[in-house]
Amino acid sequence: MQTYYTDLLVIGAGLAGERVACEAAQNGFKATCLSIVPARRSHSSAAQGGMQAALGNCAKGEGDGPDVHFLDTVKGSDWGCDQEVARLFADNAPIEMRRLAHWGVPWNRVVPGQSFYFKGGEKFEKYEKPENEGLITARSFGGTAKWRTCYTSDGTGHAVMCTMDNRCAELGIDVFDKKEAIALIHNDDTCMGAVVRCLRTGQLEVFLGKATAICTGGFGRIYKATTNAVICDGGGHTIAHDTGMVPIGNPEAIQFHPTGIVPTDILVTEGCRGDGGTLLDCNEERFMNIYEPEKAELASRDVVSRWMTHHMRQGKGVKSPYGEHLWLDIRHLGDKHISTKLREVDEICHHFLGVDPRTELIPVRPTQHYTMAGLRTNKDGAVYGLKGLFSAGEAACWDMHGFNRLGGNSLAETVVAGGIIGAKIVEFLKGYETTFDTRTINLQVKRQEERIHDLIHGRNGKLNVYDVRNEMQEALMKGCFVFRNNDGLEECVDTLQKTLEKSRKVGLVSDGAGPSHELAAALKVEGQVKLALCIAQAALQRTESRGSHNREDFPERNDKDWLNRTLAYWPEKADMPEFVYEDTTPVFELPPGDRGYGGGSIIPADDKYVKERTVKSSVTKIGKKQ
Amino acid sequence: MGRQIKFEIFRYNPERKGDVPHMQTFTLDETPNMTLFIALNRLREEQDPSLIFDFCCRAGICGACAMVINGRPGLACQTKTKDQPTNITLLPLPVYKLIGDLAVDTGVWFREMYAKTESWIHTAKVFDPKAEEERMDNEIAEQIYELERCIECGCCVAACGTARLRDDFMGAAALNRIARFVVDPRDERTDREYFEVIGNDNGIFGCMGLLACEDVCPKGLPLQNQLGFLRRKMGITAIKDIFRKK
Repeated sequence: MQTYYTDLLVIGAGLAGERVACEAAQNGFKATCLSIVPARRSHSSAAQGGMQAALGNCAKGEGDGPDVHFLDTVKGSDWGCDQEVARLFADNAPIEMRRLAHWGVPWNRVVPGQSFYFKGGEKFEKYEKPENEGLITARSFGGTAKWRTCYTSDGTGHAVMCTMDNRCAELGIDVFDKKEAIALIHNDDTCMGAVVRCLRTGQLEVFLGKATAICTGGFGRIYKATTNAVICDGGGHTIAHDTGMVPIGNPEAIQFHPTGIVPTDILVTEGCRGDGGTLLDCNEERFMNIYEPEKAELASRDVVSRWMTHHMRQGKGVKSPYGEHLWLDIRHLGDKHISTKLREVDEICHHFLGVDPRTELIPVRPTQHYTMAGLRTNKDGAVYGLKGLFSAGEAACWDMHGFNRLGGNSLAETVVAGGIIGAKIVEFLKGYETTFDTRTINLQVKRQEERIHDLIHGRNGKLNVYDVRNEMQEALMKGCFVFRNNDGLEECVDTLQKTLEKSRKVGLVSDGAGPSHELAAALKVEGQVKLALCIAQAALQRTESRGSHNREDFPERNDKDWLNRTLAYWPEKADMPEFVYEDTTPVFELPPGDRGYGGGSIIPADDKYVKERTVKSSVTKIGKKQ
Repeated sequence: MGRQIKFEIFRYNPERKGDVPHMQTFTLDETPNMTLFIALNRLREEQDPSLIFDFCCRAGICGACAMVINGRPGLACQTKTKDQPTNITLLPLPVYKLIGDLAVDTGVWFREMYAKTESWIHTAKVFDPKAEEERMDNEIAEQIYELERCIECGCCVAACGTARLRDDFMGAAALNRIARFVVDPRDERTDREYFEVIGNDNGIFGCMGLLACEDVCPKGLPLQNQLGFLRRKMGITAIKDIFRKK
């Protein structure tokens, strides 16, 4: 068996994974990254809009600071986030942006003088100070009080990904692509590494590490309609969840993006609305300004997605062969703006729709977009349940996003969390020694070889993996999407339980030779259905509406009973997840309150509970003023 | 009724004993807005699960799905079937090592390129977390980004006459990478240092000027200009060097 040994094994080489690896390598440890695809193809590179960090350099960002960023993040999360983590994030974000500038990211910079911007389709003027010329500038994004989103034109994720991967090359980090971890190697309490399938040859290999970090991004692909790349299939989650010791945090917290194009579900950036794009209905009339007079199209994602769905239910959707949708209008932004600042959007419209956004409307609808859910870690990024196992980025529930994350906060999280958690892993590695038990390793390899053998030879059944996967995706779309209710969720859970049985009877149609995609899909489908069941069952249990989790039958945010986080465990051989609940946050800098958008009423938390956990903070005052 | 499209697809799985390279024909009913992403996935899921090809973002920004489509390198995900004739022939990219059917190994090729070009900012400055960022002109930032838009799909190299003839030619993607650092004021490398990397027949002087690289680049990168810019710059560096030696 080909066996590799390293200090830090990073599964997933997107921004979070490579940032963690850089931190380890800079401190003298050997880091090894594994990725299904060449690192730069990671889904991080698809994030167009930008990274939130309160640098406060641009005119519309004046007066910004980590406190204001913290407030926006907590409100955005609908008080579902861990406030210690949100604080760590907001304080470190500006430093990280500057570090990235030092490493080579071509951030857009402040251009002094007068310029114009659009908001809600109207033209406004702003004036950039000459003394700030050349500093990192920012753009507007939904759900923020200030312009805080650092960007490089319309390819922020791509540009930062290039710089991060360059940094890895500079540091001599081994970044192996076409390697898929299919099982963790662990004993009762410690993670030792992973069994990995080479996607060039189909061979199994063993990667051992003193520490292992799972940074595999989200799992949007378990939904039928998602903006996510095809690699965001929860592979990293399933191998950790499968140990039975690691919980998924808040599986019900799934975000939907308001503007996926119809029919391919490719995301067009929030920047469209940030820059002044509007949403129109079948009569080509605006409606967000009616539901949300203050923020209109710039309200947070869950709110915009919800109102769009609501508006379509009112019969105002545009009918199409692919179902109903609405329109995104950026015609008034003009040719120059569209061909420079929104070029990626222009290209998407051209290549995937055959639409010219200068003169035509873009068909959009809400689509699965982001998993706030993830492997539950503490604030150091250490995954619950297994020593030596860490997680960062979208794969993790670190939990700065709670029940809704703000645009620009996820891309920023990858590098900010990557830096913080990378440093904690370095602390962990210093002076840490462990033993690798060859028997444990070989047993796991053997188990994986048997799984593969059984799938290839149809030992457990002959069900088609693509049919089973499709059934799971459809079930979630039907019962566990933007709006949720008791009956829909019960039906969803019922369906998924049957799908789970089927997932255990999958057999390959092909011979599974070499880099077989069918085999890769079959190896993970059972784990995916389990994730889907965690989402549906947790959503059924949570009888309140918070952030992107919307219960039609429980429209209030219930801080009295549900100011907590779901931890979903899957014990060995079980057919349903087991839930444990923990406090949302150890402390409140900002006690639960109204978000100021999204409507809905709140059942307040117990006064004493909140007071006991409220700490003195500079934000208490700012929070009241806003 | 839509068209029935006939796909001629290259098949060869090096990991399957006794397999020989051959072409296989598939047919599929065309649906509105069909792209090769939709078509190939349908073929795999409905007709032949042993088909090997790569997709990732399926939105034209990651570069995973480059292949030769009716004789021309391009991204499968942003190829609409309605822009193609009824017969579509799909081949893997040349130059790169074949993984199976339509999938090739771009990962290893590009990582070697990073090492060759030392694809990172060379600076003696140390990052100070407490200091304000170093200022940069916004126009320069945009110039850098313009060249950073390369998605490493490999089309330019697959379409390059020189690269097809000679394995040691760096290709437009690598030369564009150098150009990206040349325009970046943060990189302290001198022209002479860049000359060490690309001032030879494997680099900028090996380019025969056929310029298919720019024709096929799915991101529309200004490769022709960049190659011209580097050739002039490196030519001047070489001449200066001759005079300096005297």
